[in-house]
Amino acid sequence: MTSSSISLALPVARRRRHLAARWAPVFFLAPSVALLLLFLLYPLLESFHLSLLKWNGLGANGIFTGTDNWVQLLHDTVFWHALGNNLLLGLMSVLVQLPIAMALALMLDKASRGSRILKILYFLPLLFSSVAVGVVFKNILDPNFGPINAGLHALGLDALAQDWLGDKRYALGSVIAVICWQNVPFYMILFLAGLASFPPELHEAATLDRATPATIFWRIKMPHLQGTIRTAAMLSVIGSLRYFDLIYVMTGGGPDGSSEVMATYMYRTVFASFQLGYGSTIASAMFLVVTLIAGFGMRLTRRFETQV
Amino acid sequence: MQTVTTKPALAYPKVRAVGVRSLVQLLATVWLVVTLLPLLFVVFTSLKSQEETFDSPVWALPRQIDWSHYAAVLQGGILVYLRNSVFVVGLSIMLILAASAMAAYALARLEFRFNKPLFGLIVACMIVPIHITLVPIYLLTRSLGLYDTPFALIGPYVATSLPVSIFILTEFMRQIPRELEEAAKLDGCGPFAIFWKVFFPLSGPGLATVAIYNGIGLWNEFIFAYVLTSSKSNRTLPLALWDFQGEYASNIPAMLAVVTLTSLPLIVAYAFGQERIVKGMMAGSLKG
Repeated sequence: MTSSSISLALPVARRRRHLAARWAPVFFLAPSVALLLLFLLYPLLESFHLSLLKWNGLGANGIFTGTDNWVQLLHDTVFWHALGNNLLLGLMSVLVQLPIAMALALMLDKASRGSRILKILYFLPLLFSSVAVGVVFKNILDPNFGPINAGLHALGLDALAQDWLGDKRYALGSVIAVICWQNVPFYMILFLAGLASFPPELHEAATLDRATPATIFWRIKMPHLQGTIRTAAMLSVIGSLRYFDLIYVMTGGGPDGSSEVMATYMYRTVFASFQLGYGSTIASAMFLVVTLIAGFGMRLTRRFETQV
Repeated sequence: MQTVTTKPALAYPKVRAVGVRSLVQLLATVWLVVTLLPLLFVVFTSLKSQEETFDSPVWALPRQIDWSHYAAVLQGGILVYLRNSVFVVGLSIMLILAASAMAAYALARLEFRFNKPLFGLIVACMIVPIHITLVPIYLLTRSLGLYDTPFALIGPYVATSLPVSIFILTEFMRQIPRELEEAAKLDGCGPFAIFWKVFFPLSGPGLATVAIYNGIGLWNEFIFAYVLTSSKSNRTLPLALWDFQGEYASNIPAMLAVVTLTSLPLIVAYAFGQERIVKGMMAGSLKG
């Protein structure tokens, strides 16, 4: 902006400060930007590059096959089935996890001593790693030693006892139930945060107007929480599209692909079948799906916002 | 809007208040049981002898407490995993805090041309599924000679944590009063001194939030650790479970002792820092 002749005419101290101000943003942003470029942006682009190759990862380089992998993906029933499972997982997260989380948050939204202890207990599943949760529920759902089947047998409900993770019909449902178990506390906390910002005067005013708790909830609290609910729904759908850990630990996507999601399919393709090229195609497609749905969701919620 | 002025209680049909409240309480009680039973199962079973797990009902209390599985697991090398976890997560958190605080200061307070688009781009990085970075990072790690070392995890851990951390800290720093900055400027402070003497110290609670939110996530991180390391001596705690799974395939109590031991550090941390952890989780999730 200032020409060099003027800045040269400035006293040394001021010039130094001028230079500092000019280069400060570069200095402060450099570490983060460098790390994001190296470990996020470069891998993202490299993945798209790899998706155009046929490569088992052993040779020096893969063979360039153009869009072959992408054409294969379009006809790959396993991939579409996996995507369907991801979407089902997202739908169940929104329809099951969010209502349970909301009920818990409403109940805990009073600063009594009992609710503080309950908050701690409800929170616990969030502290376990997915591997730990997976290992625990593999034992719980075990057809021979697991407490679920043992309980059903003890109650004389032998017909209801199943091979929960080993049977094609039940594997996905079982895994989704465990995912709910682990993630409900997360949304409970989110809703508690939303409820905490609820102005108490509004509650008082409504009570003076002889509004019932149900009316207060549906007519006042729900509209107030709308933003939080939208955020929660977005987070759970996006999270469901890139889900990996628990499913990999519990079923590995099986039996017979019945609980396969995009991430487990991608992992198997790369690290079990050594198809780095095609695995990268699945990963890239996953990125496109997430970006598309996230972008669509954000536009949708923005439209909602302008209406309210 | 109008509903508030026209008394909502009368304008809409009443649902029985008692009905709703007891329904919520019923659900909450059921969920409490659903939450706690698996955890009790883990602790009780891990204290049973192997014979007892086969010859008594699974939900029975241990006849006598048997610590032998814990002893075996502790001697079986789990402490190496613990050491690696502490090292990798500790170093990653320090780097995350330094890099994200610097970036957040620039984005919150410095004026430069690409401030807004850069902030938008960094925030957008939050939706990138880490799985797309997995194969290239695996190849990169191998060519850098870092494969199967704890250092392999630090780059990906820091980078994938940066977007949400920068987002939280930028929002936080925007709320630090401008007057403090002006006063420091009058004292002759440049942007570096202002960052170091004003913004960094005042961001304590924001930094704690970022540390806790990422700390929980990285402590339990599985896929990078699984792909980028292979030997027992270089793996982190979530992988301890994975590795022991083969070793203790038929020894259920030992396996559940590993679950208890690997989960204990976070539960103890949670018992001490409950409020902060919940606040951290909240702030981290408010990224819509």
